[in-house]
Amino acid sequence: MTVYFTDQHEWVSVDGEIATVGITAHAAEQLGDVVFVELPAIGKMLSARKEAAVVESVKAASDVYTPVSGEVTEANDAVAGEPAKVNEDPEGTGWFFKLKLSNHEDLQNLMDKAAYDAFVATNG
Amino acid sequence: MRYLPLTPAERKQMLGAIGARSIDDLFVDVPEAARLKDPVDLPRFMGEMQVERDLGKLASQNITASSVPFFVGAGAYKHHVPASVDHIIQRSEFLTSYTPYQPEIAQGTLQYLFEFQTQVAAITGMEVANASMYDGSTGTAEAVLMAARITKRHKAVLSGRLHPHYADVVRTVCGHAGANLTIELGGVHPVAPEDLAARIDADTACVVVQNPDVFGNLIDLRPIAEAAHAKGALLIAVVTEAVSLGLVTPPGHMGADIVVAEGQSIGVGLQFGGPYVGLFATREKYMRQMPGRLCGQTVDGQGRRGYVLTLSTREQHIRREKATSNICTNSGLMCLAFTIHMTLLGEHGLQRLAQLNHEAACDLADVLSEVPGVEVLTRSYFNEFTVKLPGPAAAIVSALAKKGLLAGVPASRLYPGDKDVENLLIVASTEVNTDECRATFAAALEDVLAKELT
Amino acid sequence: MSMHNQGRPTHATQGGSEQIVTYTGHRALVQEEGLIFDRGRSGKWGVDLPAPKRKDDRLGGVTRNGEIGLPDLSEPETVRHFVRLSQKNYSIDTGLFPLGSCTMKHNPRLNEKIARFPGFGDIHPLQPQETVTGAWALIDRLAHWLKTLTGMPAVAMSPKAGAHGELCGLMAIKAALEARGEKHRRRVLVPESAHGTNPATAALIGYTVDTVPATERGRVDLAALKAKLGPDVAAVMVTNPNTCGLFEDEVREIADAIHGAGGFFYCDGANYNAIVGRVRPGDLGIDAMHINLHKTFSTPHGGGGPGAGPVVFSEALAPFIPLPYVVAEGDGFRNVEHMGETGQGETPFGRLTAFHGQMGMFTRAMSYMMSHGADGLRQVAEDAVLNANYILSELKDVMSAPFGDTGPCMHEALFDDSFLDGTGVTTLDFAKALIDEGYHPMTVYFPLVVHGAMLVEPTETESKETLDRFIYAMRSLALEAKSGTSNRFANAPYLSPRSRLDETAAARKPILKWTPPAPAQAAE
Repeated sequence: MTVYFTDQHEWVSVDGEIATVGITAHAAEQLGDVVFVELPAIGKMLSARKEAAVVESVKAASDVYTPVSGEVTEANDAVAGEPAKVNEDPEGTGWFFKLKLSNHEDLQNLMDKAAYDAFVATNG
Repeated sequence: MRYLPLTPAERKQMLGAIGARSIDDLFVDVPEAARLKDPVDLPRFMGEMQVERDLGKLASQNITASSVPFFVGAGAYKHHVPASVDHIIQRSEFLTSYTPYQPEIAQGTLQYLFEFQTQVAAITGMEVANASMYDGSTGTAEAVLMAARITKRHKAVLSGRLHPHYADVVRTVCGHAGANLTIELGGVHPVAPEDLAARIDADTACVVVQNPDVFGNLIDLRPIAEAAHAKGALLIAVVTEAVSLGLVTPPGHMGADIVVAEGQSIGVGLQFGGPYVGLFATREKYMRQMPGRLCGQTVDGQGRRGYVLTLSTREQHIRREKATSNICTNSGLMCLAFTIHMTLLGEHGLQRLAQLNHEAACDLADVLSEVPGVEVLTRSYFNEFTVKLPGPAAAIVSALAKKGLLAGVPASRLYPGDKDVENLLIVASTEVNTDECRATFAAALEDVLAKELT
Repeated sequence: MSMHNQGRPTHATQGGSEQIVTYTGHRALVQEEGLIFDRGRSGKWGVDLPAPKRKDDRLGGVTRNGEIGLPDLSEPETVRHFVRLSQKNYSIDTGLFPLGSCTMKHNPRLNEKIARFPGFGDIHPLQPQETVTGAWALIDRLAHWLKTLTGMPAVAMSPKAGAHGELCGLMAIKAALEARGEKHRRRVLVPESAHGTNPATAALIGYTVDTVPATERGRVDLAALKAKLGPDVAAVMVTNPNTCGLFEDEVREIADAIHGAGGFFYCDGANYNAIVGRVRPGDLGIDAMHINLHKTFSTPHGGGGPGAGPVVFSEALAPFIPLPYVVAEGDGFRNVEHMGETGQGETPFGRLTAFHGQMGMFTRAMSYMMSHGADGLRQVAEDAVLNANYILSELKDVMSAPFGDTGPCMHEALFDDSFLDGTGVTTLDFAKALIDEGYHPMTVYFPLVVHGAMLVEPTETESKETLDRFIYAMRSLALEAKSGTSNRFANAPYLSPRSRLDETAAARKPILKWTPPAPAQAAE
């Protein structure tokens, strides 16, 4: 299982055909307390780098973009019911949705952890 | 100039501190050609006495509701507002406070908003309510947009007996809205049952029904609620007379998904049409789709119960172009007036007030139906009904006004050019009417009709 | 002598404790007050209504069953309840309320008296038109004042608030474009510093929003704006003076550019207080501008409303003003309420509200405007601008003002949080500490174009003495924050009726109304 990162602060973990997407710990920290997550419907077709979900804090609503294209297979009811999970474990149990990859080439432009960490260090 | 505390000496001192030679230096960014050299061509400042005298003259030209027998309704109602209400809303900390964005020093406002929301949910029979809209008409347009968001459909069906101003606002706002809505408006038949169900299809987002309707008819909303739900559409119920909720089955108990009401009857007074207060309530599952401000309960650092504006991410200042609405203000002070009056009324008071209103209308209907040529058309009503006169109602109302009586709203004021309703008069009778003024109405009407027919 | 044996001290003595905890939760004059719903059903009455006489009804069977769910309070309890609530609110009458772009000026009580003349307050919008001639005259007079002050030929009086006025303005623009056969124009240019209502309104009517960046001088980037113009642009929405408190000195160029591209210029008039009586927006080339009567013209903020947002229009947009509107007729006036009653060339785009508009705000604004007059209103703008510049010049050395050295500000001064770098104190903490000093904080985190924005608008109704005390408080707090060692900022405020509230919990598990507590479980 490999984990990739985007310059829009999402992570995607790929296991065969299934990709799991969430926001990074850095993004969660910047956002502050997460109060609500709006997840995509099962079966929805998503396009890479386009809006897929919305994550809300008290004072802000941020679009979450999907790093990869595909059909949504699962949405994480746990974060829908307990948004605090996104702050507690953003890169683990605080995942947002899973999808079936439609284009493996989407992964090619993504960063690995080291590159993402360097990106955050320089860009903030 | 009594409202400006700076003295000439202080202005000079401050300019010196800033390093400006004159006030004009501070307006240096204004293009030269746009700088006015002199005050504009309007009167100079006036003392309090003169302002009172001048505006008093304009006010005295108007016939006030309390000075004559009064039966005008059709969306705004004359009720008795207890003296405490207006007194309390004029307290500085209510009148001159702002939106409670700093909750630590606005718990007064936030707590009454929470109480208001609870009262509105209770009287409408719904699960949640917001902290008010501008009024019932704009609230109705917002409700239609909300239904479109929820159902992702593009058609709204409006009852033909929705207040025409409300229908026009819905058509204007929703017709122009980016949501690409088509609005279908039913025909105007003051008494015949409306077949709205036939208009509902798979692209209908909502059906909008007013109860009691603009002609005063009271119906059971359950059948239309079922018809709407069967096709996946929402029922939006509109109530223009909030006092009716003390006696009439609330829309929430009849299957409504969104309830919009005009709260003016409680605490607010006639005010020539504004400012009023829109009540807005819905099912808990639609909470995040609601427009407007919401007040929520929480605790502070010491664990003490307190209140804050919440779910703000729906609103324009955060969501900007993705907001549920562009609305910023609510009706603040009118909300407070409503809350205070409703608190004074309480459970019994609201029920009794509603009973008195219904009684006043029944008494009026009895008395008017004795007048030759007058037919009461409405069978079931709350405090307002429609009568058919032997001639155009507008002329009769004007004649009655000359005799010192404000008789009601001619339907032609709301439906100009519609010959079918030209002779119809919508009359309201509230707790402020007495047997005496009802008798005066009947006698004057009989008189005027006799003159008209000879 | 005759002895008196009940002597007691008449000055403070030693002993006692300052940190007492009371049994009641009250702290002398600061009273705790629960919800009316906590009182429950007791059968009390707060009104005395006569008993109904009739036994029959004509409700058609639609009679309410069961309890409504309202509590019972007597009148004294009700009055005390709301008075106690009022004591927990800050207000303009309490002290300086420096909220940027809100114009928290003194609300004259004369306005309240005038609005309550029975001839204004106790009239029904649908009475025969001839019975309310004074009402039409008042609306027309206010319309005349607004047109003359702004230098615009027409005005729509019916919008109920500023955002409603924006909707009115954009709908008129949309109607005008459609009348020209240019429905394809669906893009609106909005500066990144704009108030949220601007893009929200544009989106509401189906337009796409294209954001225009600001220059380092804090103004709309004219070159960037021009680059974004095209045959699909409907309008530009510009606030002037802008939300950074600066006059858009290239406003005429912006007007020429948008007009050259075939679009319209919508001006957000929220900051009109800076220029009223000294500049006519009509001379700047605008096509529409809403005016917040509750800002510039002193109608009370009332804890969040009601407002009123009449919109002045250019000749090009005047035909589209929505219903209803007052026209002069013979010796008097007439209200045009339906399409069939319109005059030559009048093509209203529709109706935005039931009845006629916020009459209660019209009377208050008129009272204010007549009290000030053309000369007084001009002085209002001058004093508002003077007060803001005084604050800016007295604070910019200890705080950071991003545009503080490039020229004067208008009626509001903008600071950012760079002066707090490295102190551990945020804009939020600084604002909350200001509460402990007895002030409502300035606007924070708006506009978005600077980091940790603090926007201060004193208005013209503040004395120099008040400004000096405020400046002293701000300077002291700024210096204390910069010392890096203060502990009065974290978790401020400490002295208000409630300390910092848990907004996270309020959003995660919204509780939007009181519900009866669950019945007590039977003992196991």
